[in-house]
Amino acid sequence: MSKMLQLPLRSRQQWASIALQAALVVVIGGLAYGAFINAADNLAKAHIASGFRFWDNTAGFDISQTLIGYSPSTSTFGRAFWVGLLNTLLVASLGIVLATALGFTIGIARLSRNWLVARLAGGYVELIRNVPLLLQILFWYNAVLKSLPDLHSSISISGGAFLNNRGLFLPRPEFADKFDYVAAALVFGIVATLAVRIWARRRQERTGQPPRTLSFAFGLIVVLPLLVFFAAGAPLSFSFPEVGRFNIRGGTEILPEFAALLVALTIYTAAFIAEVVRAGILAVSQGQTEAAQALGLRSGSTLRLVVVPQAMRVIVPPLTSQYLNLIKNSSLAVAIGYPDLVQVFAGSVLNITGQAVEVIAITMAVYLFLSLVTSLLMNLYGRTVGIVER
Amino acid sequence: MQRLATAFAIAMVLAFGAQAASAQTLKAVQDRGQLVCGGNGTLAGFGMPDPQGNWVGFDVDFCRAIAAAIFNDTKKVKFVPLTTANRFTALQSGEIDLLARNTTWTMSRDTTLGLDFAGVTYYDGQGFMVRKSLNVKSALELSDAAVCVQQGTTTELNLADYFRANRMSLKTVTFATANEAVRAYDTGRCDAYTTDASGLYGERLRLADPSAHIVLPEIISKEPLAPVVRQGDDTWEDLVRWTHEAMLNAEELGITQQNVDDMLKSNSPDVRRLLGAEGQFGQSIGLTNDWAYRIIKAVGNYGESFERNVGQGSPLKIARGLNALWTKGGLQYGLPVR
Ligand SMILES: N[C@@H](CCC(=O)N[C@@H](CS)C(=O)NCC(=O)O)C(=O)O
Repeated sequence: MSKMLQLPLRSRQQWASIALQAALVVVIGGLAYGAFINAADNLAKAHIASGFRFWDNTAGFDISQTLIGYSPSTSTFGRAFWVGLLNTLLVASLGIVLATALGFTIGIARLSRNWLVARLAGGYVELIRNVPLLLQILFWYNAVLKSLPDLHSSISISGGAFLNNRGLFLPRPEFADKFDYVAAALVFGIVATLAVRIWARRRQERTGQPPRTLSFAFGLIVVLPLLVFFAAGAPLSFSFPEVGRFNIRGGTEILPEFAALLVALTIYTAAFIAEVVRAGILAVSQGQTEAAQALGLRSGSTLRLVVVPQAMRVIVPPLTSQYLNLIKNSSLAVAIGYPDLVQVFAGSVLNITGQAVEVIAITMAVYLFLSLVTSLLMNLYGRTVGIVER
Repeated sequence: MQRLATAFAIAMVLAFGAQAASAQTLKAVQDRGQLVCGGNGTLAGFGMPDPQGNWVGFDVDFCRAIAAAIFNDTKKVKFVPLTTANRFTALQSGEIDLLARNTTWTMSRDTTLGLDFAGVTYYDGQGFMVRKSLNVKSALELSDAAVCVQQGTTTELNLADYFRANRMSLKTVTFATANEAVRAYDTGRCDAYTTDASGLYGERLRLADPSAHIVLPEIISKEPLAPVVRQGDDTWEDLVRWTHEAMLNAEELGITQQNVDDMLKSNSPDVRRLLGAEGQFGQSIGLTNDWAYRIIKAVGNYGESFERNVGQGSPLKIARGLNALWTKGGLQYGLPVR
């Protein structure tokens, strides 16, 4: 076939495929619209209130943990939604950070040449991933609650903190206006340290000499803000928790529901991450380690500079699904009364308004959104650790 | 996620399913040969399976009364245990024919859920339970207390209202089921547990040491508990409403499970109408005229069901109080069958 003939053929195929896809979009859109109309129609026929007017109505119920201002008497259902969402984000993001740290540690430990360490790590993985997460959450919750003393025999921790079966109560920092200077000094210190690090790396690449930057960093991040802090007249005070008749007043509190959920999610997900990490490391050929050692790198540096960066390529995709699992699993919070999105929104709000269709649709959309964003971020990160073709 | 999935499934049925012909509940029940009744499942005295797996309780008796009226057989009921979270959706989506699950009749539920309430079977109110060792004598002393509560209830809303109205500060810990809330209260997570007073008596029996807890005197809300049906099926709603009225009338007229056969021979016109010896009252609700006779024969009158399940004949020992007949200082008042 000549070139002249090929071109139109290919573009004809392209056109056909575009037309097909467009038709598909129209069909799917039509189905979705039809479903929507049908739903509205059914609800109206059954005299069930529908729509989103409830969003601005007063919620009327209390929530135990609120990261943003919320009062049962004035806040709306919409506000309750945000409170629940933030609680989900809090436990999920902390869970992801902690599970990653613990998972990497266990995964690497499982490959340790130290027999005991490797066996302990192996035992951890087998034990944890074979027990249903819900049971683990209930276990931690009851273990936390049962083992802690009640209010009047609270364990008091030096520095003005208390621990009892109502939670961990910490002094709450109260920042005066001048604290802004301290914060500014800290930000400056961090930025400057990063700049020094970049300079140091460049110099090492040029001269082969790694300059010592640790004392610089210490000075910039710790000493400088401290100096500013005292110069500004120590603009920080604490509100201390005190024992009241029923509960501790003042201070900030960490609820047992939150602690139990976070611990359970971390420990559970870490077991899976450990396996992902182990698989990733094993996927890096032994020759890489040998080559690194032949260059005179110590085993710590070999792991950090040679093995892990290559293993990351294998680790990132399954790690992403572990993160997604953790986010979704955080909704098991309902079992122990942690006020996450499902508990607050698909629980209280759904029941009080009775608008199941709307509330469930929003809740699903939120989890979908969170999952997509997480995947997107992880894909971007995956690209930075992927093999750079030269 | 699991809970979310069930809720989702029901929501989908609601949204996309073609609605079953809504005015045909009685026919659907008769064709199926069974009544499907949404009940509580964990609340002693109201709705819970006994150790043999037979459902018993005050709300359960109500469903059995309807089965007796339709089929003359109290066994022809299937009970579906429902949580506060899925009870209304289960009824809206047609999964159950009737909801009899200590459910409070409120204006918003009546007007926005596409449901109707068919008569108050139990006048209740919300109370608090605390440990005796706290030495609390009144709910007004509870400022700052941690209170365990079940979500999706009127309880959850009344609690916030009460503390606000009395300028007390509140630490609520909210759970999805009563089971979880009660367990947390029992382990000491909360100072108080709050729900309908009837529920407090039922739940107290589940605590490790029931005698270490007291119910405070304050009743902070009105909780008229009522059976619920879908809106738009008037025949069915009539049947449900008049089942309750029949049980009340029976008590007022002194008709009991024991004497109902003798009462058939009574010449009191009220008794004769109720038991079907006169008039066409059964037919007017789609049943046979001996419908009320069957109900009383099978489950007894209102007072008998009350005493057996939650009153003196039960471990709960709840006094009739507001649920005494109007002639005895209570609010229960049988509408005339005529
Ligand atoms: N009457 C109130 C509360 C009803 C309610 O659900 N009460 C709780 C506590 S007594 C209950 O029955 N829980 C049993 C369960 O969820 O298993 C309402 O209709 O909202």
